[in-house]
Amino acid sequence: MELLSFGDTGWGDELFFATLMTIAVSVAAMAIGFLFALIFTPLKLSKNKTLNIIGNCYTTIIRGVPELLVIYLLFFGGTGAAMYVASIFGYDGYIEINAFITGALAIGIISGAYSTEVFRGAILSIDKGQFEASKVLGIKKSIQFYKIILPQMLRLSIPNLSNVWQIALKDTSLISVTGLVEIMRQSYIAAGSTRDPLFFYSVAAVLYLILTYLSMKLINKLEMKYSKGY
Amino acid sequence: MMSIFPNLLNGAVITLQLLVVSMFFGLIIGLIFAILRVNKNPIINKFAYGYSYFFRGTPLLVQLYLIYYGLANIELLRNSLFWVIIKEPYWCAIIAFSLNTGAYTSEILRSAFQTIKKGYVEAAQSLGVTKKITFYRIQLPIAIKQSLPAYGNEIILMLKGTSLASVITIMDLMGEARKVNVLTFKPFEAFVTAGIIYLFITFIIHNIIRYLEKKYGFQT
Repeated sequence: MELLSFGDTGWGDELFFATLMTIAVSVAAMAIGFLFALIFTPLKLSKNKTLNIIGNCYTTIIRGVPELLVIYLLFFGGTGAAMYVASIFGYDGYIEINAFITGALAIGIISGAYSTEVFRGAILSIDKGQFEASKVLGIKKSIQFYKIILPQMLRLSIPNLSNVWQIALKDTSLISVTGLVEIMRQSYIAAGSTRDPLFFYSVAAVLYLILTYLSMKLINKLEMKYSKGY
Repeated sequence: MMSIFPNLLNGAVITLQLLVVSMFFGLIIGLIFAILRVNKNPIINKFAYGYSYFFRGTPLLVQLYLIYYGLANIELLRNSLFWVIIKEPYWCAIIAFSLNTGAYTSEILRSAFQTIKKGYVEAAQSLGVTKKITFYRIQLPIAIKQSLPAYGNEIILMLKGTSLASVITIMDLMGEARKVNVLTFKPFEAFVTAGIIYLFITFIIHNIIRYLEKKYGFQT
């Protein structure tokens, strides 16, 4: 237990901040994933063939390729790409992209693909009559989407989004390979310097379990709140 | 481009090996724990629930590190016969992957058990079929057939999971891609080619499962 004390002698505070980092990355990734999903869901549902193919390619490729691969590609490839773009504008120095941004972006792209599928399923399960009714009432397409479809879509997708959130939370452990100090990286450092990997990885496991447990409780509450009246 | 391809293919063979072996053990573990989960004894039941909760609630990377770095820390294990297995990263990976996929498989099978219509069991009972035979000849086959689509997803998730083996020095497809990246400083070539191979494997698994679903699928 001494190893977990706060301050200079223990790893408690380091692990605490690492946990906050994990939460921060997960939330940022989830938000980025939402943006991706909001862009790609309409593409997947679109009647235009080209747009459709773009949407399908995104979800198929991302869901068929290991998460680690996306992270490596962004981490190693991103630096090169940024330097290439900078060189066009006449800057030739070395650019290092922040590990937090790369990580959040990578997990965001991945969770975006899953969220897209969730949103698509939710929209498809909304009764067709509602689309027709709003059309008959002469409601504009944009208003129809924001006032009728979007609220229902969000409510219907809460249970599945909670799965996406859990996956994103666990995937953030992979960002540790790029050196971002989140739970996994911090336990790796602590295990290395104290030579007690069994203890620190168990702590990491417990921290993740607490996070998944708490988020499940929170999401259940949300679900209860928004399914009132149904 | 052509010169890195053979290396990556060698890695893909290791990836497939890891996948097949851990899926095999995972299926056995999953079956056992699914049966324990539907057991009426609360202690057995809770134990099986705790197992699946732990392995589904923590990242695969943590489990892998716990087994690869953590188990080696236990003096007792280091002096026992198990050390032959645990000192090899390959077997550590297999243990971690099997336990992980076993937890998910047990969940898939359990939900399949619970969606079996009561009528089947009642019909068997009224025909005087013993409970044991009802379970092994009626409930189990239906559950397995029903869980085919979900199990297909699990295989693909596990295929992606095997890429983690590369962080404990196994030269699977991901490990080879990393090596190519380090040697040539061409991240795009290395990882995109590896990605295409992964996609190809996913595509094949997807089609095999779809074929099996068509052939053996069970509609209730």
